[in-house]
Amino acid sequence: MPEVLKAPLVVEFPFTRSLGPVQSAFLTGLRERVVLGVRTTDDRVLVPPVEYDPVTADEIRDLVEVAPTGTVTTWAWNHAPRRGQPLSTPFAWALVRLDGADTALLHALDAPGPDAVHTGMRVRIRWAGERTGAITDIACFEPYDGRHQHEPTPHTGEFADLATGIVAPARLDYTYSPGRAQSAYIAALSGRRTVGERCPSCRKVYVPPRGACPTCGVATAEQVEVGPGGTVTTFCIVNIKAKNLDIEVPYVYGHIALDGADLALHGRIGGIPYDQVRMGLRVEPVWTEGARYPDHYRPTGEPDADYDTYKELL
Amino acid sequence: MSKEPVAVVGIGQTKHVAARRDVSIAGLVREAARRALDDAELTWADIDAVVIGKAPDFFEGVMMPELYLADALGAVGKPMLRVHTAGSVGGSTTLVAANLVAAGVHGTVLTLAFEKQSESNAMWGLSLPIPFQQPLLAGAGGFFAPHVRAYMRRSGAPDTVGSLVAYKDRRNALKNPYAHLHEHDITLEKVQASPMLWDPIRYSETCPSSDGACAMILTDRAGAARAPRPPAWMLGGAMRSEPTLFAGKDAVSPQAGKDCAADVYRQAGIADPRRDIDAVEMYVPFSWYEPMWLENLGFAAEGEGWKLTESGVTELDGDLPVNMSGGVLSTNPIGASGMIRFAEAALQVRGQAGEHQVEGARRVLGHAYGGGSQFFSMWLVGSEPPDS
Repeated sequence: MPEVLKAPLVVEFPFTRSLGPVQSAFLTGLRERVVLGVRTTDDRVLVPPVEYDPVTADEIRDLVEVAPTGTVTTWAWNHAPRRGQPLSTPFAWALVRLDGADTALLHALDAPGPDAVHTGMRVRIRWAGERTGAITDIACFEPYDGRHQHEPTPHTGEFADLATGIVAPARLDYTYSPGRAQSAYIAALSGRRTVGERCPSCRKVYVPPRGACPTCGVATAEQVEVGPGGTVTTFCIVNIKAKNLDIEVPYVYGHIALDGADLALHGRIGGIPYDQVRMGLRVEPVWTEGARYPDHYRPTGEPDADYDTYKELL
Repeated sequence: MSKEPVAVVGIGQTKHVAARRDVSIAGLVREAARRALDDAELTWADIDAVVIGKAPDFFEGVMMPELYLADALGAVGKPMLRVHTAGSVGGSTTLVAANLVAAGVHGTVLTLAFEKQSESNAMWGLSLPIPFQQPLLAGAGGFFAPHVRAYMRRSGAPDTVGSLVAYKDRRNALKNPYAHLHEHDITLEKVQASPMLWDPIRYSETCPSSDGACAMILTDRAGAARAPRPPAWMLGGAMRSEPTLFAGKDAVSPQAGKDCAADVYRQAGIADPRRDIDAVEMYVPFSWYEPMWLENLGFAAEGEGWKLTESGVTELDGDLPVNMSGGVLSTNPIGASGMIRFAEAALQVRGQAGEHQVEGARRVLGHAYGGGSQFFSMWLVGSEPPDS
């Protein structure tokens, strides 16, 4: 049995976020070294601020300025910082209640080791050198020996040049495996053979195989070689160039029922002007050296298939 | 035990646009929810549970909206659920909420669906590169275009039908203040002259990319009795699914769609949908899906749906108006699109649809589908309660 394939898969996108009035003031404030909270209906101060009262659901907009100093309410030591975390050396994740706030903010605390951190310790913000209106404008917290002496003061939230959006990049690292059935299919393709699997119950031949029949819910194992010839059952002509897709437009994207298969696979139709491709066209794969898949399918020159022979395979 | 009747007493949506840069996601959903509460003349304290839906997570990079949006939606201390079913999610979310009322679990439920397409790129979200697979296509249009061609071949419909749908829906949108596209200078010639993107689908026959949210307040008989405006009553609701690809799939008229509609009609006592239903708000992201769904939903025999479109039956003043709101072709915050269909059906039977009101609409179908025609959700709402 051929080896089951595996490969890294990285899914990554720079999502953006519109901030709305409260987060906009909060993050612009950080840029200006001002920490803002919001006062709730029952007169508590939330830092970081939110737009809606978590108890009453009221819209809350009374901003207040709190101190850049505070107290650790709880913490955990991070022995091995990972890419993208606030500090590259070991640090504490700490919840810090800033002086004047009733809730705690999560951030990094720079300390020489876990023995130097305790609940109740006093800390202050270490501001980042370059600030853009983002939570990373707080580089981290650091130990501080001053006392608590701050009452929150009202703040309009008005600043010149408000930050209105942030980029929130997301990245997920997977190890992807197509599984046994598709690995076998891909291994057969390297010998320029297309091998599907037959369902033991409904007898349908799946190409590419997925290891199970989605209709009957049973495992498929019997291998069946199909093609190489097939019929274009339907298609579209693609006129817009997609990013990260190296195919010149226009091109024809077709559903191709290979002879012996019970559903169509998808491929590019070539070797014929795009406006002459038609349903029922008989085609065969065209291989290029070193490629895993046929580059495209081209006409065989046979007469077109009769509609009734492929109408269930669109 | 008989089910509790379910009534829609509040509907709210945002003005759908390409980008709502002035609000956070929390602010966006809040706006729709607030409007639904105002419509029902209720407060947050009157809501017993919240059911939320959104598009697939990669579409806007929000993995746990039920967590992030709890305080914006007044869900603290209440049950909050999240529903996933790709593009049909707005419909399924409504039905999950409705079932909580029908089962007598909760008296009044807020249901909401949203998407901020401007924060991401749905075409990217639909085209993630998968190792060992051949990249061939990007976006939904290329996926659905071959099915449209298959429909044209099967039905013998003339090439122009798709453009008639787009022209109609864009004109309907002009009467809907919440619709995204307001193309005041639209003409049939302009639709037909727009470029082919994925032949046979033209640019003007595709949906836009929108930011928006839609919310509804669903309640029981007692809640409906207190409502300040006429409620819409749920007469039937159903969901069905089938795989996107399997041997024997009919992508033109999926079995799951037929079964879903049949279930709704059975619940509502509809013998002949063409005769018994006054209007339909259906999920048509590419214009040709109007005639395709007309057949799938039983409003026309197989191969005959395009004749209803071509003869004007589906126009706003036709015998069976379709997509009175302007449809998905005019407004598409994907995560909310299904719920907007359901809400439009309810607006119509409440007589609250404004300029796009169908006179005398008593029974209206709302329909959504998602994935590669994998998920279906539908409800039929009426101006009178069931069994009355």
